[in-house]
Amino acid sequence: MLRFISKRLASALLVMFTISVLVFLIFFATPGVDPAARIAGKSATPAVLRQVAKEFGLNRPLPIRYGLMMFHLFIKQDLTSYVNIGDRIIPQITAAAPITLSLIFGAVVIWLFVGISAGVVAAKNKGKFIDPLVMFFGITAISIPVFWLGEMVTIITQGGLHHTVFAWVPNGGYVSLTQNPWQWALHLFWPWVTLASLYAGIYARVLRGELINNMNEDYIRTARAKGLSERRILYRHALRCSMITIVSLFGLDVGVLVGGAALLTEVVFGLQGVGWLTYQGLQNLDLPLIMGCVMYGAFFVVLASAVVDVLYAYIDPRIRVVA
Amino acid sequence: MSLDQSSTDAVLSVRDLSVSFSTRQGVVQAVDGLAFDVGPKEVLGIVGESGSGKSVAMYSMLGLVRDANVTISGSVRFEGREILGLSDSEMQSVRGGQVGMIFQDPMTALTPVYTVGWQIVEQLRAHNEMTKKQAHERAVELLAEVGIPDPKSRVNHYPHEFSGGMRQRVVIAMALSCNPKLLIADEPTTALDVTTQAQILDLMGRLQATHGSSIVIITHDMGVIAEIAHRVVVMYAGRPAEIGPELAVVREPRHPYTWGLLGAVPRADLKTRRLVTIPGNAVSPLEVPVGCAFAPRCQYRMEICAERPPLRGAGDHLDACWLSDEQRLEIRSTATVRGEA
Amino acid sequence: MAALGVLIFMVIVTLLAPVYAHHFAHDNPFVPNLQGRIKIGSHFREVMQTNTTGLGVTPIGPTWNFSKYFLGADELGRDVFARVLYGGRVTLLIGFSSGLICITVATVLGMLAGYFGRATDWIISRLLDIIWAFPIYLLAISLSVILVTNGLDLGIIHIGAGSLLLPILIIASVYVPYVARPVRGIVFSLKERDFIHAAVASGASDWHILRKEILPNVMPSVIVFFPLMVALNILTESALSTLGIGVQPPEASWGTIINDGLQLLHTRPWVAIAPGVCIVIVCVALNIFGDGVRDAFDPRAKLRGSI
Repeated sequence: MLRFISKRLASALLVMFTISVLVFLIFFATPGVDPAARIAGKSATPAVLRQVAKEFGLNRPLPIRYGLMMFHLFIKQDLTSYVNIGDRIIPQITAAAPITLSLIFGAVVIWLFVGISAGVVAAKNKGKFIDPLVMFFGITAISIPVFWLGEMVTIITQGGLHHTVFAWVPNGGYVSLTQNPWQWALHLFWPWVTLASLYAGIYARVLRGELINNMNEDYIRTARAKGLSERRILYRHALRCSMITIVSLFGLDVGVLVGGAALLTEVVFGLQGVGWLTYQGLQNLDLPLIMGCVMYGAFFVVLASAVVDVLYAYIDPRIRVVA
Repeated sequence: MSLDQSSTDAVLSVRDLSVSFSTRQGVVQAVDGLAFDVGPKEVLGIVGESGSGKSVAMYSMLGLVRDANVTISGSVRFEGREILGLSDSEMQSVRGGQVGMIFQDPMTALTPVYTVGWQIVEQLRAHNEMTKKQAHERAVELLAEVGIPDPKSRVNHYPHEFSGGMRQRVVIAMALSCNPKLLIADEPTTALDVTTQAQILDLMGRLQATHGSSIVIITHDMGVIAEIAHRVVVMYAGRPAEIGPELAVVREPRHPYTWGLLGAVPRADLKTRRLVTIPGNAVSPLEVPVGCAFAPRCQYRMEICAERPPLRGAGDHLDACWLSDEQRLEIRSTATVRGEA
Repeated sequence: MAALGVLIFMVIVTLLAPVYAHHFAHDNPFVPNLQGRIKIGSHFREVMQTNTTGLGVTPIGPTWNFSKYFLGADELGRDVFARVLYGGRVTLLIGFSSGLICITVATVLGMLAGYFGRATDWIISRLLDIIWAFPIYLLAISLSVILVTNGLDLGIIHIGAGSLLLPILIIASVYVPYVARPVRGIVFSLKERDFIHAAVASGASDWHILRKEILPNVMPSVIVFFPLMVALNILTESALSTLGIGVQPPEASWGTIINDGLQLLHTRPWVAIAPGVCIVIVCVALNIFGDGVRDAFDPRAKLRGSI
């Protein structure tokens, strides 16, 4: 098992390295684009441009430029924004991370609960009315752009009904968990629901498919021949085997989200997480910020992917032989 | 065996079992009028081609056919108790606890994510009041009984860590775990190589003697029947063609289909014989003829075969064929002359 | 099948957008109309009305009058309904074309990797891994930030900054691994099948085998992917456009209209609601249609198909 883990870690590092090179190339080596102007932002003075060129070695060969960029990013950690002059990037990202994590945490709980229950209910009642009904909701859930849903939620909760039904919904923003747990949850409630909807839809559909597939397998027939109750067969045998797919899906989804993929949700609800930060960077074309956020995001995806692979081996005993 | 009423001491007594499926293309009669008895400690073989309904018959008896479009009728008595029509929860105590089942493909028969020990323990505790520890010990004993080496450590292994033959042994151990009165084996050796086949059949024979259970073994291979069965049911197109003691059916088969089945078995002791094949193809379950199902393929068919022959005979050797004993004798003597019998 | 009907309806409706604009509404939804007045019933109303708070102007709300500002106006006085129709053409165009490009490229790569194996496979698989390792949004965003505002200038390839081709290509590339991996897997298992051995034994060239034997067997699975990819691409495009790095003005797509609507969210919500609803309808239809296609191709799946 240890060999497996270390091999996996090695390939994760390789991928990280490749991503960093790619990001670097995109931002600094795209033909026809002037890197200095990119870094310095839209409204840079010539002096700033010169300084940028010097610091990032833009007159030097490509690999050296790459090295310098990585150096600034990781070692010296003094990559600063040129739009908001002097603001350091790394601390901004680390400050924003807990917010993103809070958002994801609640959404995960909701979507796992809703998605898995819905999938089980649909599979159990396959063919009866409730099955296509649940699946329809699932399809709708995955067809709604998450950010748009957030906007709709905002309209409803902050609009006409704000003073009656939805008076309890705060007007966006974030309250830290350590500060006030109740307010923390209150502020995050609708963002949680909004973000969870998409994933609940996906998981419900996937689980239903997997469960129904697995219920047709030979070992389920054996389980029945053993005289086990249908309930036990569904939960202990079929579901357990279906979870394998769910777990690997889950790992990747969470990885992507932690990396800041929920950016539009954060923006809509005024939560200043990593996604929100990325968005700010995009709006202002603040290149160092964007680079920092992209690397941060990529790191988590790669990490999550590696963790999932290890977890997979733990859950599915068959994989351990191959590994 | 009298087919008018069920035997009182039979472990399993089946009368007039019919199973049909309503599909978009029409009604499929998978089993039609099947009847047989299985006595205590007896091995009954059910033999027929693919699609003859042999597996469907056994599955539907135990409520393992989950299709919503199925209709099952007839009488199935297990130890005197009618089990056709029992609710699913009532059947759950019969399955596994009193009737064990072994399936064809050992590679997919066990749940991949649990150890074999866990799966045996699960069955034990579903039907017996046992602690986990007791059940675990019993599982180790069972594995030893079926010939798994080093059972104490292998009980904690996963199914994929066993070879095909070993897995089938585990399945057998599991099926026998609650000392069932009846063991149903659906083509248990078809997926295995010949050597393993012999070992598994041998094992089943021994276990049957020690556990005292009856066995119903479903197969398309007459060799398996000859090896292990006391009595035989030959099925064709969902209908019983011939029933009787194994020796009788093999030495003096009465139904032309049985002749074909036996003729198709390669025999080392007879010289220069062409393998006899039964002309035509297996009948589609959608197009079973009104009269005798085998008539279209039978070279001895007569006019009366347009009427379905009843299952009848003297003593315990029955057949569903209009040929009289004299006619059979004549056919057999000419066949001997031609060197075909 | 109803889903297919819905889809076709949407396509036709959006294609008819210019017809609507010219014959019914008699105005150009791309030109700001800050000073205009329209006639409703017997009154004249300003398109941009003075705000109740006196702080600027608010565009007119939905009139529910089919020939004039059906859904109201946006912040530049333009007819929202007409814009949604026009935007639909762009969004659907991007969705379908990037979907098409994506599955075409993915199929080719998947077949090459699966069939030729070894070195070809290694190179292609590593390429796919790299693209896939990038979280989709991050890759799309990164590429878009650079390319969309500046255009692409690679020697002979010049693509202007505002060109629709850029989002189409970016979105297509980002999803290529998603389809290429399964195709590669299918080709791997096909390669071992007897009919391929037979073809090789009879002296068929690789090219011939790929075209005549492998491709037809890969097509069903690929076709199943198509509606799904279109839906995903539409969602991605709207996300990118809402961020400002997808479709660029003066072109409009449902995503850009949502973006426009964000400023008017509390006063004139319809600007943001309408395009979103359209996206949902189209994607639901695509998904249902995709499920239907999948069930049609895989009879076993009928047992487990959803709707």
